[in-house]
Amino acid sequence: MTTSPSEASTVIEVRADSDVVRVRQSVRDFAMAAKLSLVDQTKLVTAASELARNTLVYGGGGEARVRILERTGVAGVEVVFADEGPGIPDVDLALTDGWTSGGGLGLGLSGTRRLVDDFELDTAAGEGTRISIVKWRR
Amino acid sequence: MSSQPENDWIDLLRDSRDEVIPAWTSVVEATLAGRMTTSELTNDIREIFDGLTAGDGRGSDIRAAAYDGLRALVADLGRTRARQGFSPTEAAVSIFALKTAVLELLENRADLAAYQAFAKLSRFVDDLGLYMFETYASARETVIAQQAESLLELSTPVVKLWDGIVALPLVGTLDSARTQVVMEALLQALVDTGSEHAIIDITGVAAVDTQVAQHLLKTVQAARLLGAECIVSGIRPQIAQTVVALGIEFGDIHTKASLSDAMLLAMRRSGLDVVSRA
Repeated sequence: MTTSPSEASTVIEVRADSDVVRVRQSVRDFAMAAKLSLVDQTKLVTAASELARNTLVYGGGGEARVRILERTGVAGVEVVFADEGPGIPDVDLALTDGWTSGGGLGLGLSGTRRLVDDFELDTAAGEGTRISIVKWRR
Repeated sequence: MSSQPENDWIDLLRDSRDEVIPAWTSVVEATLAGRMTTSELTNDIREIFDGLTAGDGRGSDIRAAAYDGLRALVADLGRTRARQGFSPTEAAVSIFALKTAVLELLENRADLAAYQAFAKLSRFVDDLGLYMFETYASARETVIAQQAESLLELSTPVVKLWDGIVALPLVGTLDSARTQVVMEALLQALVDTGSEHAIIDITGVAAVDTQVAQHLLKTVQAARLLGAECIVSGIRPQIAQTVVALGIEFGDIHTKASLSDAMLLAMRRSGLDVVSRA
């Protein structure tokens, strides 16, 4: 797979509720620039919103990096969330529908995975969490 | 009046009062490009000038008691500039232009002592500028906080559609603070109007993630406790697909694509029907 970044990326600090809104707006801008369909735009924006809130609530804040990717002529938008929080001790459990350690619906992580094309989760207890999602243009 | 050597800039200013004030004013005026009248500016600047030279010649710390009046003046200026919507540069120039004005004056003289005095004045003016900037920034923050608050109120109009039917059009983003306000507004309206049907319209909500969905579900449950049924309307196709992919269950909550469909449903449920007259 040849994946190369084609345009500058944007980094957004996630420290407060209002930053979640900024992430959402930025992802929407990138998704429009990559000419994703309206449904895919909405899915990606919702996924980013979900993960940004996780970064804030469970990761204690971190950053989001948004950029446009190009793979064999197809454009896509990648969003990477990274925090230095407590990490996720049991990834399989966290990805189970309906399981929550907070007070949410328990669909954030598992639902997000269904909303995007590529989903990579890199975490360890005590070592923070890094999640990368990509939505490709159809 | 005898002044300490370290504050000889006060003498420098006092001696050239009639030259410095107009020069200072014209520098500031050039930056503000007619957004303030010359007389307003001259007044502001004359007051600051008098505040500057009111020092007793001891110490060059702007926090000294001798400069109480000056600090109050400058703080007031910073606040006013922030409220008038001036940019940071435009606000700062009112103070820093003094340096330009004095320097222009000195260029015509070959006076080393005056230049030394200017160096000290320059440091004092820097402190003063920073002080004004602090008040400018805090005034800006106050304005932003007020706007955020008024936005919070603006965004939650509960409207009565019919006897016993109220609607809550949601717009923008639903964070925890706003949802709290929205929920309270709706529940209060249900009690006040004795309505049994509430329509929550989410046409203006950009994205429905699990948090928004959870807030919606909780609001509907709370309304049920008051004996009212909620209908969620304004679900756009892309939102519907996203909600399904996320796995959110709306359960037995009625949802409709448009507000008018929801209104019709609510009317039918209250035993009303819309018929054409023909």
